Amino acid sequence: MAAHYTESAAKVVEPPSKIKRKAPGSGQVKRSVRRLESKAKVDGSAEYIYNLSLPGMLYGKIARSSIPHGKILSIDATAALAIEGVHAVITGEDIRRLIPDPYYGPAFHDQPILALDKVRYAGEPVAVVLAADPHVAEEAADLIAVEYDPLEPVFDEVAASKAGAPIIHDRLRPAATFPDLKYLQGRSGTNVALSGRVRRGDLEKGFRESDHIFEHTFRNGKVIHAPLEPFVTLAEMNGPDGLTIHTASQSPSFVRSEVSRLLGWPENRVRVRTAFLGGGFGGKLYIKLEALVAACALLVRKPVRIALTMEEQFYTITKHGATVRLKTGAKKDGRIVAREVETWWNGGAYADIGPRVAQKSGLTSAGPYDIENIAIDSHAIYTNEPPAGALRGFGVSQVVWAYESQADIIARALKIDPLEFRRRNILREGRPHATGMLMTDVDIDAILDRLAERMEWDRPLDHGSGTIRRGRGIAIGIKACVAPTTSVAMVNIYGDGSCGICCSTVDMGQGSDTAMAQIAGELLGVSAEAIRVIHPDTDVTPYDMATLGSRSTYHMGNAVRHAAEDARAQLLRIAATALQTDIDELECRDGAVLTRSGARMSRQITPFWMLGGAGAEIEVDTETGRIRVTKLVNVGDAGSAINPDIVERQLIGAGTMQFGFTIFEEMIINEGQVVNASFADYKIPGMLDLPDDLTGELVEVPHRHGPFGAKGIGETGMFCVSPAIGNALYDAIEVRVMEMPLTPERVLRALRQAQDRPLTSD
Amino acid sequence: MKETYRRTIRFKLNGRPAIAEIATHETLVEVLQRDFSLFGARESCGQGLCGCCTALVNGIAVSGCLYLAAFVDGAEVMTVEGLASGNELHPIQQSFVANCAFQCGFCTPGFILMTKELLDRHPHPTTDEIRHYLSGNLCRCAAYPDIVHAVEAVSGARKV
Repeated sequence: MAAHYTESAAKVVEPPSKIKRKAPGSGQVKRSVRRLESKAKVDGSAEYIYNLSLPGMLYGKIARSSIPHGKILSIDATAALAIEGVHAVITGEDIRRLIPDPYYGPAFHDQPILALDKVRYAGEPVAVVLAADPHVAEEAADLIAVEYDPLEPVFDEVAASKAGAPIIHDRLRPAATFPDLKYLQGRSGTNVALSGRVRRGDLEKGFRESDHIFEHTFRNGKVIHAPLEPFVTLAEMNGPDGLTIHTASQSPSFVRSEVSRLLGWPENRVRVRTAFLGGGFGGKLYIKLEALVAACALLVRKPVRIALTMEEQFYTITKHGATVRLKTGAKKDGRIVAREVETWWNGGAYADIGPRVAQKSGLTSAGPYDIENIAIDSHAIYTNEPPAGALRGFGVSQVVWAYESQADIIARALKIDPLEFRRRNILREGRPHATGMLMTDVDIDAILDRLAERMEWDRPLDHGSGTIRRGRGIAIGIKACVAPTTSVAMVNIYGDGSCGICCSTVDMGQGSDTAMAQIAGELLGVSAEAIRVIHPDTDVTPYDMATLGSRSTYHMGNAVRHAAEDARAQLLRIAATALQTDIDELECRDGAVLTRSGARMSRQITPFWMLGGAGAEIEVDTETGRIRVTKLVNVGDAGSAINPDIVERQLIGAGTMQFGFTIFEEMIINEGQVVNASFADYKIPGMLDLPDDLTGELVEVPHRHGPFGAKGIGETGMFCVSPAIGNALYDAIEVRVMEMPLTPERVLRALRQAQDRPLTSD
Repeated sequence: MKETYRRTIRFKLNGRPAIAEIATHETLVEVLQRDFSLFGARESCGQGLCGCCTALVNGIAVSGCLYLAAFVDGAEVMTVEGLASGNELHPIQQSFVANCAFQCGFCTPGFILMTKELLDRHPHPTTDEIRHYLSGNLCRCAAYPDIVHAVEAVSGARKV
């Protein structure tokens, strides 16, 4: 057939109200298809932006602030420029000549491309050296001399929120990029970027009616994403008035709009493309290096590449440290009747997406519990530490650590089995969440059942004796997905009947290429393995909000589904006309159709609820405080899994990441200086650290609007690991540690305090 | 860069003769990428602690981000690109695919080459030996259980 295609107008399609199986039922979904790119990932040929170099390009190396807060008095690049081979040194003032207002960010326009006038954290980019030889750039960057007038810094999130704290940003300018952040104001004259609130019922009345009131404060420190592919961006001029950015980014569409805004260019002159990502975990979202590299390339009119070292990742983006204060009122029978939650998020020097982290995780910070009286306050706070942003779970694991540790405390105080305590309180189908939204397509009982079964909860545990003690614990958690949000996909059927999907979802290891191919393949009667997924290129692939928050399977999955349905319908119509036959007589093959479709979500706070549970069994060495996790079960609700094998591995992978955050990962920040910014001093889990028995378990509660019933699950495995282990620790040694991570030192100090023989340094 | 810091190295790369003009401070990974467009060995932690940059030099696994290119003069270097025979993947590669032993894939070539070194020396390792041998390779996606399964399967310790 000749190359014949039609294009339907872009349209917004509301998801149908029930799962409809219009598909021919070609067996592509709910099948453990191997990753489409499997061969490329084992033979070294997989494309990462890391691999890319451009003819005539310069390498950039960033010179960084050595102090956490201070005015810049002078920047002296003389010695750097004297190094043979240095092409240029770029400072914030150079950037300002190209971009008069060079401040960026998804929530506030607060982050300068390079520091201007002052620095707000140790490690902030101050200047860039460009050279054809990366070693020359590195050597010269060390020679840039910056003189500062130090200002008083503030590091603790609670202290920074108080009146009288040093002010980090004089003025806050909301970005208004995303609909859910349009109302952001910020409070100029304070360090509060956002205060989110939820109120339900009458809190004081609830506390008056309570038989017991529990109040605790939980903390966790900062950790980092540490994707193994470095943060890397290249930019080049594309003709006299165009710009192409090649970047390891989870959000190419946002990069396009934000760089265009900074430059004052229309979006159609900026092209942003990505390839496979060597891990992202939320770190590679929004703008990281892109604005800087683009500005450098435009200033010197040559291609520029900047890749960060692992050390520099620690100065670029972190997970939020948080302080969570929980006050809970319960009846004698364990029913929770009132809960007050106040969380302070240590957002570091620039907001990044921190306000959304505070807002979204705040919404669910009273837990998956049916509570009549709730007050939630969630504060995103600026401090003079490296910026914090999204990290797999988006603030949820910090609040689950608090409310599930406290759930264990309450259950034990009231002498109720922890599992039974949860059963008495969980939110069930049709009941209103704290925000008023009804719970739909959830089954927390099923998660508890699975946990009980896999943990053999009814069987007594041998708690050990001597110096090795054993314990077990469980936890459950809930997360709301981002809303409202947009994903657009195109499905192309080429002249020979082969199929390509254009979408801007970034495959960073979660297997999205494979899942999208399965969804389209299911509808088109094509095997997923034969479908090609075209990687994000804003000149080619349509808009997508970003690859984050476990949203892609649901949102992009629905967009791909609609596009494939549309393509199929067009194809059948064309074929029916050409062959002068009835549409019902036809199959989906041959022909060429281009179609476009979109999916948009409602104004509810979440299109679907993410629910998970974890159970842990541990051994504690009472002489050293070391925890050994002997069993870790992670249960997640994936809806109907598109690809069960990949989904299960997502649970295990996320569970292992959070296991590292729970047991040993912690950025040590001393007076604003990160002192362990390397893999030598900051350990991520390796082969020998793993729990002996590590499993991921799917609970499949089909979602009425999900593509073939699926929900997102990339983050679910993160939620509950920490409190499950913390609760197991209490079960083993009757010591409650309120702050993560549960390092041997912290456990031993707490144990010795409890034994009334504190370590001498306490 | 001054001439005195430059030299020519000749070595075997994935079975073929290779020649490169290098600066003496350049690492093996830099030279493999720049002069040979081989990207399977990749720099991540930059300290020899994650294993992403693994290459085999005379059959021994080295951290290519620390190992100076000058040292491979006269040696035999193998990267992950040299493992397959034509279009046919090496059995280790096949086993990684069959066992879904990767997610983002950035660490995978390093794991595969460490496995090659392991099996060349110990064709039938126990599960504990596999774990210890691969403990210097990090995977942030945490595909570890599948990696162990892949190695067990290809070494005959376990059925696929």
